[in-house]
Amino acid sequence: MTKVTMTVNGKAVSGDVEGRTLLSAFLREDQGLTGTHVGCDTSQCGACVVHVNGKAVKSCTMFASEANGAAVDTVEGQTNADGSLNVIQQAFQDHHGLQCGFCTPGMVMSAAALLKENPTPSEAEVREYLEGNICRCTGYHNIVKAIMAASGQDVSAIAAE
Amino acid sequence: MYNFDVVTPNTIAEAAAAMAGDEAQALGGGQTLIPTLKQRLASPNTLVSLSGVSEMQGITKSGDTLRIGGATTHHAVASDGSYPGLSGLAGQIGDPAVRNRGTIGGSLANNDPAACYPAAALASGATIITNTREIAADDYFQGMFETALEEGEIITAVSFPIPQAANYQKFVQPASRFALVGVFVAKYASGVRVAVTGASNDGVFRWTEAEEALSRDFSAAALEGLSVSEDDMISDLHGTARYRAHLIKVVTARAVTAAS
Repeated sequence: MTKVTMTVNGKAVSGDVEGRTLLSAFLREDQGLTGTHVGCDTSQCGACVVHVNGKAVKSCTMFASEANGAAVDTVEGQTNADGSLNVIQQAFQDHHGLQCGFCTPGMVMSAAALLKENPTPSEAEVREYLEGNICRCTGYHNIVKAIMAASGQDVSAIAAE
Repeated sequence: MYNFDVVTPNTIAEAAAAMAGDEAQALGGGQTLIPTLKQRLASPNTLVSLSGVSEMQGITKSGDTLRIGGATTHHAVASDGSYPGLSGLAGQIGDPAVRNRGTIGGSLANNDPAACYPAAALASGATIITNTREIAADDYFQGMFETALEEGEIITAVSFPIPQAANYQKFVQPASRFALVGVFVAKYASGVRVAVTGASNDGVFRWTEAEEALSRDFSAAALEGLSVSEDDMISDLHGTARYRAHLIKVVTARAVTAAS
């Protein structure tokens, strides 16, 4: 076992991990942060996306020991300081960007990474950025609409489906 | 996964020392290796994580040469404007989260027959720089998942001569998004080089007939009359050998047009 320390959602945490302990397992099982979902565990579905030093990564395809010393942000840290939904989360609710909600933590974290890189993406850019986030309910349409709305763009012309 | 130790060296020297251990395996971004470990297709005693080796990070341009550290991510290469054809290729690998972890050294060391980077390295006549020597791309790729790397050798950097024009076109296998056929075309003062990934049982290869034709006339029309033999092409449920051979010419023409 190796001791790792990192900052998760602004709070210093530490724990003992095996070499094979994935970052997703450390967050969920050691830290109790079960908002990060593990869907496929083969780095395809994107439900486990978190930010490591500000970059979106698939936490099921990174070892906890590789995040030693890093700043990790998960969906639990996305709300506003008063606990209300942030602009992306609120847009998902307003535009019905989720149905079962399993993929939503990864979608929200990918959306946050996209909007940091590209504050007003086109619809095509949003769809391209979500290539590694799979949703089996919504058909993506309202997810894309929510992210466009969260970026402050007018989405009234995008028809609901 | 079977269990193993992860060591996190800070320098190339420390990494090389760790790689000398019994059953040690280099870990780049892990975007291929971690899924492989999950399937228990590899069972190293020690993983030597290279992502914290600062000497292996970053991109530097000097004259017409671009040097990319072995631990540089696909995202970093995609965001760099020094060699647009190469950046365009890097931006097509995997998805954004994969590009934030996956590295050029990891991709070239693995030499997946459908990976993108081998096509860029071979078409650019790149030099693979390791902790012990420099290897020309023409000598480096030795077949599917086979390279000139010795046991314990680490790719510390890759050096690319920047061409006058270049483009990579990838015809994706729709489920995996890996290249069913990918072609990188690079035009230098000394001639044109064309490398093909995804198609051959021998891994990435140069299409020399196209190189000769394109060196005389850098246009898609120059490829008319050429054909690729279907011998040694991969045949699977995604496409027959004949289909892949056909695609090579189609995709090469697209790359030439896009580069022109």
